[in-house]
Amino acid sequence: MKAFLARLKEFRRYPSAVAGLGIIGVLLLVSVYTAITIPYGEAIRRWRPTDERWLENPRFAPPQWLNVLPGVNRPETIVVRSGQQGQKSVAEDGRFEIVLPFQFPYDGFPTELTLFLSSQYAVLGPYVEVVWITPEGPDRKEIPLWTRSVKRAERYIVSSDGELASRLGGRAPEIGLFTAAALGVPKDQVKPAKGEYQMLIRGWMFEEDGDVDAKLVVYGQVHGWAGTDNMRRDLTLALLWGTPIAFAFGLVAAVGVAASQFTLGAISAWFGGGLDAFLQFITRVWMTLPALPIYIMVGMFWSRSIWAILGVVLILGLFGGGVLMYRSMFLQAKESPYIEAARAYGAKNMRIVFRYLIPRVIPVLIPGFVSAIPAYVFLEASLAVLGIGDPSLPTWGKVLNDSNIAALLQGHYYWVIQPAILLLVTGFAFALVGFALDRIFNPRLRAI
Amino acid sequence: MDNLLRLGKYTVVRGILIVLTVAIGVYLTVVIATMGGYMDKILEAQIKEQVGLELQGNEELRRLPQAEYRRYYDERVAVLKRSYGLDRPWIYRSGRYLLNAVTLNLGRSERILSDTGSSEVRSIILERLRATLTLILTGQLLLFFTALFTALYLSRHYGTRLDRAVVALSPTSAAPAWFYGIFLILIFASLLRVLPYGGMVVAPPPEETWAYFLSLLRHLALPLSAWFIGGIFQTTFYWRTFFLISSSEDYVEMAKAKGVPPRAVERRYVLRPTLPPVITSFSLMLIGSWMGAIILETVFTWPGLGRLLFQGISLNDAPVIVGTTVIYAYLLGVTVFLLDLLYAALDPRVKMGAGGRRMA
Repeated sequence: MKAFLARLKEFRRYPSAVAGLGIIGVLLLVSVYTAITIPYGEAIRRWRPTDERWLENPRFAPPQWLNVLPGVNRPETIVVRSGQQGQKSVAEDGRFEIVLPFQFPYDGFPTELTLFLSSQYAVLGPYVEVVWITPEGPDRKEIPLWTRSVKRAERYIVSSDGELASRLGGRAPEIGLFTAAALGVPKDQVKPAKGEYQMLIRGWMFEEDGDVDAKLVVYGQVHGWAGTDNMRRDLTLALLWGTPIAFAFGLVAAVGVAASQFTLGAISAWFGGGLDAFLQFITRVWMTLPALPIYIMVGMFWSRSIWAILGVVLILGLFGGGVLMYRSMFLQAKESPYIEAARAYGAKNMRIVFRYLIPRVIPVLIPGFVSAIPAYVFLEASLAVLGIGDPSLPTWGKVLNDSNIAALLQGHYYWVIQPAILLLVTGFAFALVGFALDRIFNPRLRAI
Repeated sequence: MDNLLRLGKYTVVRGILIVLTVAIGVYLTVVIATMGGYMDKILEAQIKEQVGLELQGNEELRRLPQAEYRRYYDERVAVLKRSYGLDRPWIYRSGRYLLNAVTLNLGRSERILSDTGSSEVRSIILERLRATLTLILTGQLLLFFTALFTALYLSRHYGTRLDRAVVALSPTSAAPAWFYGIFLILIFASLLRVLPYGGMVVAPPPEETWAYFLSLLRHLALPLSAWFIGGIFQTTFYWRTFFLISSSEDYVEMAKAKGVPPRAVERRYVLRPTLPPVITSFSLMLIGSWMGAIILETVFTWPGLGRLLFQGISLNDAPVIVGTTVIYAYLLGVTVFLLDLLYAALDPRVKMGAGGRRMA
């Protein structure tokens, strides 16, 4: 054991491996943090595209930190509620007025504009008139948008109002409402007017204890730490939850496979004879099974749960190249002189196994097992990219699958690159550590 | 003569083992699909189509009233179902399905059609096989020879900057080829717009041979590069290490001391004894490459078997998925068998009959 720890100390001689270890540490912290702050069930529930809270997010928005770059000032999403930033006044006769003001200091236009109205009434819903007021100045305009008697929950998607667009001279509302540029100006020179905009909602309520609340969402071009996807979901959730899942999948698969192959290799070498031949035969057959198509079939025909796939990975990993490798190592060790010596002084079987045989194999076991982790992390991503990932679970591979890689065609680089970089960093971290461990435990390699 | 006999015996033994392996692999595929009830569905669809055709061809039956026609149809389907054993327990049926699968009687697809419009899974697969073989063979040959010669070069120039770079870069193989494919698409197709995003040739395919070939090369460039980047550093590193270990053996020193020219030392004393383990490691790589190509083809929309499997998944086409898996079992078996033969040709111990097969 002491020698083992002493060897681990040598680790410091490999700066890249120390860096790898550091990355693994950070990712582990992220995993723990994620698992504590957003419980598993909660994450699955939230990742559903139908979850209400995604309604306030823009579609296809790159991450917010893009604005840190010089010269980039893309609009963020602005939400104005009548109960908070807005002012609401209700008169005796049922007249009401809601003003929803917001500052717009950005260089780009919003992507969408939606007004959510919720009203309480028994029989007759309120009558509502919506007016848009541009920032103060000589060009200040009041543009009437919409009039309607509203239901309990009403959604007015300003940006898809075709009638309004034609009144704005053919410009899309999210552009036409935000610019003072004359109509003839070429498209790429149209700039938004900065300042305080207002949305004015006025009308009548026809019932004594009726009420109206309004929420205006000015969808931006950037959102959150990681941006959003085509279904307005915040990618931060998937990137965060992808970490513990990648770790759990990679570690469980690597440990399980290494342990079973190690055990079977040991059994094969120890008992020899017919059992040995049989296990070797099974291993050779097992190694030639088309693993990936089998995972796919299980995913298609049985269960798409990531834990079911993990089970199949463990079963298919039961016999593998490792069995043959460990077997030959055990055979070598079994016949080496020091084992004979141990027998000669009367050592018990248990003592021989634990003191002499296992320590002999560990140098191969540990680096091999660490280096195998990235393969399983990428296997999970591969299955997700093929479309048989767990449909409910937010993982890195799932984000890649949702983005369909084709997102690159449309210029949504962040969508593909972020999960890819996380996968890459995780894979490299384990590979670097495994590489260093290999050299530490196999002195024969170290000289070379 | 004796050697030839031994080699023949070895080939036969390996051949039997491979046939068994493929059969077990196919059977496993069948069992997974049978227990999910999918094989029955595939067979049932086939029976219904057969009966439909049969009745269509019969003038008398076609003139029967609707209800009677229907009754006749159902009866006929029931008879055929019984004769195919669909009323028997699944373990019995699975044997039948195994026979079908092994003889490549893979049924008809539900949605996907071949380019010629056939719905026969076998012909769809045969059409796709060409594209997959083009990708894998060029990729693996490129990788094998580049890695072999670079490894030899590095073992001669051990410790140089290039050598250290290869060692440092070897962990890059932790990420699979398709993954590098994403970045290559991003750089060369999306940002620089110099190479196509995917596919095998431009549509419509060029008429002249050379234009076709050129277009094929342009489309091959990115997937091949991804393949190459994904494997080259680790493979070169492994083989270089093999060569280094083997060139520190006493007999190599002896040969050098005798004054054997360096090239001859490399060929006869270093390369020759290390080739069997190199071939073994290459064969493991090749097995992995069949699997890796599935996703690489999906990412690059390369119209091969892997992409077919992906289409089968997205269209929920069970016969195609089962058929493709069976073909992969065959391809893996054939790959291992061919490499075994190569191994036998290279490893003198097989010819001399000493010991069994050594695992490297």
